[in-house]
Parts: sequence; structure tokens; C-alpha cells
Amino acid sequence: MMRATIVNDPIDIGSLTREAESDSCGATAVFLGTVRSTNEGRNVDGIEYSAYEEMAEKEMMAILGEAAAKFVIRQGIIEHRIGVLAVGDISIAVVVAHPHRHHAMDALRYIIDETKARATIWKLEHYTDGSREWVGAGTGQPR
Amino acid sequence: MMVTVRLFASYAESIGKSEVSLDVGSGSTVADVVKAIAELAGGDRLPPSPLVAVNRTYAKGTTLIFDGDEIAIIPPVAGG
Repeated sequence: MMRATIVNDPIDIGSLTREAESDSCGATAVFLGTVRSTNEGRNVDGIEYSAYEEMAEKEMMAILGEAAAKFVIRQGIIEHRIGVLAVGDISIAVVVAHPHRHHAMDALRYIIDETKARATIWKLEHYTDGSREWVGAGTGQPR
Repeated sequence: MMVTVRLFASYAESIGKSEVSLDVGSGSTVADVVKAIAELAGGDRLPPSPLVAVNRTYAKGTTLIFDGDEIAIIPPVAGG
């Protein structure tokens, strides 16, 4: 089972790991991305995430398909939250299940790296001094 | 023919809109649409060749567009 979803509500990691459970899988690997309090020396108050939702979900499903082909994972779930998130909130969860741990962890790294590079999602950082900035907007194109 | 152009994040903020309906001639390409958007107020802040998707698939500037297409101009992504 593969699922990639953009969500507005807080991510419930317990429910995701239960969803990924399978009797044939002895390894469940989880990655959580959270909003941190500083970025490039500036104090962050929160991050506003937005997405081209239909395309982001399509791209994340393609990434899960690639991971299934490369690492033979049985279960893969990506949830990415959008909206205004506070420091410490989970912005993304990736859960992968495989019979064995090495493939689960390799797949997990592949999925999060590709999602960050390809999914049509943006973040507007809000700083404690009241200013805000689009992350990556001044750096040219990533592809 | 009519196409819908979707704008996101910093590009939407620069132009002040997240969606624009454009009437373009038949035989138009992605590059023609980008040029039309760049001519809108605030459009000068778009890079010369931004990433573009047509109907949710990344496309080149030379890609032909058709009536009813959804063309998205995509700022540098920053998910995660």
C-alpha cells in the first residue's frame, strides 16, 4: 500500500505507523520533519507551507513508486502538512515498511530527499522580528 | 483558446494573483504563456525561464499548449 497526501491537520504518527504495519515486515522506518527555531542564523517563529496540492501528491506517489522499484518496500506513506506551523510541529512524515531494516532505511532516505527536491511545496518562514521570507526563492531553480 | 495559469508562493505574491485566465492563439507554447505572465504587473520578478508544468507534468518552453490546459509556473520548491 502506497499513499501520499497533503494534509491540513496535525500529523498523527501513531496512526501512520499502524497503517503501515504488515505481518510480513519486520522493519518500519519513520522520518519526521519538524519546524526548527533557527534558520541561517535567524530566529524562526513558524513556517507557512503552501502547495500545488494535486501535483505534489502526484509527484510524491511517483517517488513512492520509484522507492518500491528500487528497494522493494511493501508499504510507503508520505504525509505533508500545509498551513501555518509553529516551531516543533511536524511538517512531513514518511513511513516505510520492509521485511528487513537496511532496505527500509535506504528507501526512507530516498523518499525524503526526492520529496524535498521535487514536490511542489513552498515555505514562507516567519521570523521572531516580524519579517518573513520565501525559502529558496532567491536561489534559482533546484532542477 | 483559453488556458488557466496557476501561480504559487513568491510568484503569486509578486503578481498578486494565484490564478489567471489567458486567451492565447493556437500554436502557442509554454514560453509564450510565460512571456504573457511576465508582462503582467509584478511579472518582472519571475526568472526568464521558470519551471513550468502543463496539466501537472513538468514541461519545456517549447511544449505546445491546447485549449483548457492548466499551466503552472513553479517557484523553486522547498518542501519538507
